[in-house]
Amino acid sequence: MKKTLITLGFALGLPAILVVLWWLATVTSPSFFVPTPGELITTFFETWFGPRLWVDILPSIARFGIGVVIAIVAGILLGMLVGLNRDLRAFTEPVFEFFRALPPPVLIPVLLLLFGPTDLMKIFIIVLAAIWPVLLNTIEGVRAADPVQTETSRSYGISGFNRVRYQVLPSAAPQILAGVRQSLPIALILMVISEMFSSSSGLGFSIIQFQRRFAIPEMWSGILVLGLIGFAVAAVFRFIERRILRWYHGLKELENAA
Amino acid sequence: MSVPPPGEETITRSVTVARAKSRRRRYRPRRALLGLGGILTLLAVWEIAARVGLVDPRFLPPPSEVLPRLIEIAMIPQFWIAVGDTMVQWGLGLVIALVLGSVLGVMIGLSSFMRRATSSTVEFLRPVPSVALIPLAVLLFGVRIEASLMLIVYAAFWQIFIQVLYGVADVDKIAMDTGQSYGFSTWQRIRDIVFPTTLPYLMTGLRLAAAVALILAITAQLIIGTPGLGLEIARAQNAGLYSTMYALVLATGFIGVLINFGARFLERALLSWHHSVRGEIPV
Repeated sequence: MKKTLITLGFALGLPAILVVLWWLATVTSPSFFVPTPGELITTFFETWFGPRLWVDILPSIARFGIGVVIAIVAGILLGMLVGLNRDLRAFTEPVFEFFRALPPPVLIPVLLLLFGPTDLMKIFIIVLAAIWPVLLNTIEGVRAADPVQTETSRSYGISGFNRVRYQVLPSAAPQILAGVRQSLPIALILMVISEMFSSSSGLGFSIIQFQRRFAIPEMWSGILVLGLIGFAVAAVFRFIERRILRWYHGLKELENAA
Repeated sequence: MSVPPPGEETITRSVTVARAKSRRRRYRPRRALLGLGGILTLLAVWEIAARVGLVDPRFLPPPSEVLPRLIEIAMIPQFWIAVGDTMVQWGLGLVIALVLGSVLGVMIGLSSFMRRATSSTVEFLRPVPSVALIPLAVLLFGVRIEASLMLIVYAAFWQIFIQVLYGVADVDKIAMDTGQSYGFSTWQRIRDIVFPTTLPYLMTGLRLAAAVALILAITAQLIIGTPGLGLEIARAQNAGLYSTMYALVLATGFIGVLINFGARFLERALLSWHHSVRGEIPV
């Protein structure tokens, strides 16, 4: 009981202090740029829990989700294809190296030109941004598979789909998931700015609109929504990672204990 | 006969090893050729796609038009000013993030009280996408470079800070206790024990932060309109100068490649003593 209280105190202590400081600062010297905490909370509910939930938030999240899933699946499939073949790896390496280094936001004007400001284009830009960390980490993970494992599965005649399913994929999983973890924030960035650059709805669009109309509390509430989405995405990822890599974390613990 | 001369087997073995090594070396040109083939294939596909007319040819100029355009704009001082602006924002943002991230990382990482007290706040703030701050940055700074810096520092800070926290957590407790017994001052302990352990983590953070900082610099220029390559890309698009736009996109990609290579080079140079770079000692 006491232990839970201490944990709770540590978790809530600093945020509480920060909110109180913020409240004191805004109440004693009201600023045009910063709303009070109470103001922010009421605007948050007023602004986002109405038609905007259906028009702005959910479509944005849907585009993000679809884009990320396509990027992960395509990245893993392509990564295994390339990672398992040395010549293909050499063939694609410079090209992949270039696309990984290319800052994805520059593709927005290009895709806008080619596809126009459609949902498809926004999903495509998320895929194009999020695929590289997954793809390159899969290639690296597959390439770096334990040679003893590889030879063992060869001796036992495990090949084709079974080898990929039971040897290659699990041994590359930690690295693949590290790639997914890198790609999620990038996908989120692209979700927001694809809507800021040219759009008539979506979270990014509304936040920029609020700022242009100097609707400051609404703008802050939009930042809060994006923050909450980012937090939720990170939490979901952690949950999934822990389930998939339970064996791996267990193994690490054993190694560290030894 | 005290010492037997190197037997047949020994010689065969070293010859085999040498052969294997030279075979590995001979593989290199093949790899380079394949890589070149990959680049040429991409260019060929692009050229054909542009010529066949799958999309409006105005919107997708072929590489035979874009690459000469890239050389043309590389002659214009305005291009280099934009490159300079981009690199200044990138560099300044990265340096600020590096200083803040490593100082706060070490301070918080060394105290278990601070670590526990800040973890919930860190866990909440870290996933906030830095582009959420765009409207705030515009409000506060307009199109001045501070707007870019705010986004870059926010994004790059977490990459470095989190890695430094991991690094400090990895410090050998016995080494710290030994240092204390030998009367090391706090500063000495940080410099001689914490820093070497943390450096590999810090370099990982710096490598990730360098890439993210470029993304955010370009984003700020594209969306907010701070000076730099991103702004030039948006201008070229608005003006309908599409081959210039594609040339600038390629230029941004080359900058990204340079930054990646630079970061990897720095990592290898600074960590030449570390086993992750040194490689296993052959037995």
